[in-house]
Amino acid sequence: MSLISTLARLEAVESGRARPLATVRHRRISDEPLVLVPLTTAGEAGAPLGALVGTDRDAPRLLTVAQPRDRDLRFAFLGELAEAVLPYLDTYAEVIEPAERNETDPETGKRVKVEVELCVDAPQLIVPSRPGIDFVRLLGRSMRFRRTAEDDPDTPYPAPPRVPLLGRWLTHYGERARVPGSSLLLAATDLLNRHWATGQSSLEDQHLGALLAWIDPPEGVSGAEAALRAELDRDRGGQLRCPPAGPATDPAFDNRLLAPAIEGYDRARQALAAAEDGPGAEEQLARLSAAERDIRELLAGVMRPTWDAVWHGLDLLRALPEGERVADRWTRDRWSFTGHRDRVRAGEPPQPRLDDAVTAAQKLASRETAQAQLEAQEALDDPLVFAGRRLSGEAFLSEVTEVVMAYSESKRPSPRPLVTVRTDDRPHLEAGTKVFRSLDGKPQSAEFVRSSAEDADDNDADGVLVLRLTDRMGRGKEPAPGSVPEKGDRIAWTLFEHDQRGGPKLPDPEETPWTHGGPPGADDATPPHARAEAHAPDPVTEEDFL
Amino acid sequence: MTDTTASSPATSGPATGRAAFDPGAAAARATDAILRDTLHGTHRGVVVDSPPGAGKSTLVVRAARELAAAGRPLMVVAQTNAQVDDLVARLAEKDPELPVGRLHSNDPDPYDKALDALPNVRKSAKAADLAGLDVVISTAAKWAHVQGVEPWRHAIVDEAYQMRSDALLAVAGLFERALFVGDPGQLDPFSVVGADQWAGLSYDPSASAVSTLLAHNPELPQHRLPVSWRLPASAAPLVSDAFYPYTPFRSGTGHGDRGLTFGVPSDGSGPDRVLDEAAASGWGLLELPARRTPRTDPEAVRAVALVVRRMLDRGGAATSERSPGPVPVTADRIAVGTAHRDQAAAVRAALAELGVSGVAVDTANRLQGREFDVTVVLHPLSGRPDATAFHLETGRLCVLASRHRHACVVVCRAGVAELLDEHPSTEPVRLGVTVKFPDGWEANHSVLARLSEHRVSWQP
Repeated sequence: MSLISTLARLEAVESGRARPLATVRHRRISDEPLVLVPLTTAGEAGAPLGALVGTDRDAPRLLTVAQPRDRDLRFAFLGELAEAVLPYLDTYAEVIEPAERNETDPETGKRVKVEVELCVDAPQLIVPSRPGIDFVRLLGRSMRFRRTAEDDPDTPYPAPPRVPLLGRWLTHYGERARVPGSSLLLAATDLLNRHWATGQSSLEDQHLGALLAWIDPPEGVSGAEAALRAELDRDRGGQLRCPPAGPATDPAFDNRLLAPAIEGYDRARQALAAAEDGPGAEEQLARLSAAERDIRELLAGVMRPTWDAVWHGLDLLRALPEGERVADRWTRDRWSFTGHRDRVRAGEPPQPRLDDAVTAAQKLASRETAQAQLEAQEALDDPLVFAGRRLSGEAFLSEVTEVVMAYSESKRPSPRPLVTVRTDDRPHLEAGTKVFRSLDGKPQSAEFVRSSAEDADDNDADGVLVLRLTDRMGRGKEPAPGSVPEKGDRIAWTLFEHDQRGGPKLPDPEETPWTHGGPPGADDATPPHARAEAHAPDPVTEEDFL
Repeated sequence: MTDTTASSPATSGPATGRAAFDPGAAAARATDAILRDTLHGTHRGVVVDSPPGAGKSTLVVRAARELAAAGRPLMVVAQTNAQVDDLVARLAEKDPELPVGRLHSNDPDPYDKALDALPNVRKSAKAADLAGLDVVISTAAKWAHVQGVEPWRHAIVDEAYQMRSDALLAVAGLFERALFVGDPGQLDPFSVVGADQWAGLSYDPSASAVSTLLAHNPELPQHRLPVSWRLPASAAPLVSDAFYPYTPFRSGTGHGDRGLTFGVPSDGSGPDRVLDEAAASGWGLLELPARRTPRTDPEAVRAVALVVRRMLDRGGAATSERSPGPVPVTADRIAVGTAHRDQAAAVRAALAELGVSGVAVDTANRLQGREFDVTVVLHPLSGRPDATAFHLETGRLCVLASRHRHACVVVCRAGVAELLDEHPSTEPVRLGVTVKFPDGWEANHSVLARLSEHRVSWQP
């Protein structure tokens, strides 16, 4: 944790309210995000229990599974979820603008510009918490390899028509959520924690109710008090007043309310089956729907507070102006969305179960680039974030006191002016350290020459620094107008780069080298133990017969 | 695994071992086996594990010369520009006639200017300009951008345990066979973003190059250098026991071979007493009163600076096998190691205040591979309220505790043992990931227990 966020947390403890960590919003909040509040069944991995989903805060669509262990009902739920989510995605897929993209021409091997489509906006998915993102990923993995009756008429348990497609989209969103700074799939808790510091532990910060209590407590109550209530307050029936944001449910809810309701539903189903076509059948059917309605009401009751909390959080975030460079990152999200749209349309198979060596390395490299870029952009967009970097010696604010023209020692001397600045900050500089400033949105670099302390030989604490500008001054002997700072200019310098160079080109997956197991699919290249692990069941041991 | 140490140090006790164990012969046997496998073996790769100061660079230089002599064009992959320049200089020193290429980046000042004085070293930013030279050396990052060239017959990958798997993926197409050399005990490569989704895959891009290599090619011969020439007899057992419990090594020198003396007697202060202890035993622990502090604990930072200042003031002189008489321990022979960069910056400022310059002050990551006479270490857990995975990392402590030829002084707040007990390791266990031994928690306890035998408590 950085010094400035520690300070913000201490202030939050003292004042009883969350303190801002940002003055602008560093993530895109779409005008019409799709909020998804999922619940999962305790003790049954990957069995959805219910969900609230929709773009209208007043009218969420309620989806439930009355008996989560019944796979038919589970599939019916996923089918309904697909009907709730996919039309939303489709509306964005149709609105496009022309754009250009660099591609390698397969014949000449040269980089050429290609006219392509780019979606004007991208659909955004918001879930309450980080486990919600994991659940989206899990749903994606469980659905994308399913086969529908259309895919394969002989498949024994066909999935509803659009379920595999939803699985591919959820997988894409889950994967994109791992890219730093992306906004396609966001967790409300992550969003709020990025912009506010509370006086509670980071574990408690994962509790949406407690987090909101710190940021926006009710009148006359301190954040700490309100957070404690959100975590612990129960009604007479022993139920939490602020149910967990899911996907896990509260055990007290499971045991006292949900389990009896599901049992009731099971009994009604059995009774209906026993009644067959007899005179009681109609009555039993009515009982079954009543039992199902009970479960729907119960689940709606525990999801609705979370649903409202997510929208409350979005309101708070929308009150912050969007950071300048957020749009730039959102454009990347739009490319990501468009790219996956195109892959689906081209009939490509679903994303593989595991990345191959080259894909994994590419993903890691692009995420590292995105992380460095995000950190730089947030600091440049937001004085408060910049202050944190100043405090840690990675940036400084300065006033220009003198500019002396100088030239490089080469055949064609280029301008290398020496800029003397005064700063109250304490950047970690050594001779030759590169520093950067933003000039018309592009980085200009300089190198640190010395602390100018010739007149006072005590130490360099007086904060006078000499920098040598090294680029962006044009090609001529005289620097381009406006490219060299003038006396009195106040300039923010950073020790970190503003833009990241992309990594090296990796080999094609078909050319994976021997050190990494050779090309994927070439079975003899897979190490024997890895092959066995992937395909063979565990060997039977004595314990299996105990 | 091919065990290259004929007489395992673990089986011969220190009392009887000296007579039976000839470090020079053991090291030579290991080197011969490595070169035999590299030059005449049938495998595409050879892996060499080298404990701190075991002559890794010497081995690389020797292997490079022998491969060149055998007429095999060789590329050498190192991790940093400093390592590359150092290797070029060493090669030129050993064999001034050998044509060497230094492939460098397009940045300003891409290589050490000292290389310009070497007549047979050609420097270029383009691999094509260096084609045909016996040996071409560059960083992994630069090699990754080389394309469209004839693959080299052979490569040497230096510091392979600090190289990430994805970096190896980018360069592995450039060579047919390779010798991988590195120290498994030092800091593992890391990533600034989460890479959990690939944990357990044999080609996890954030893992070390060697773990990927061996997962896919388990039959490759693995060797081990058995003798540390850097660490003194006082330090080798501690470092070996704590960080290399299953692959122990010995020091190349005996207990009487190295010595540290002072021209000025102790003034009885904490820093002077700890210096005397370190001079006598090779280790010193300067323990400050227990207290929770910010990372840049001003008292501890000042104590570190004071120890360095007193070391210089008292005219430290080091006796070793390298020279007949005592050699003064000057500022450039001293290093200060910390865990964080802001701590290093604070120590630099404190040293400047005391009028000391020329001492290397850096984090463990940047001190890797370097060697000094005396090191002063700010303990990574000193004054902390918690012990995170970062601070517990085995490699961090190992790097900090294994840079010295004579003595190491650790400055630390009291209470680290209790802190460790309150924070047992809780790293998740992942399927398919080889568990690394020892874990940081265990290594920290082990080092602390040994250091406490050399404790000097001091209230500044």
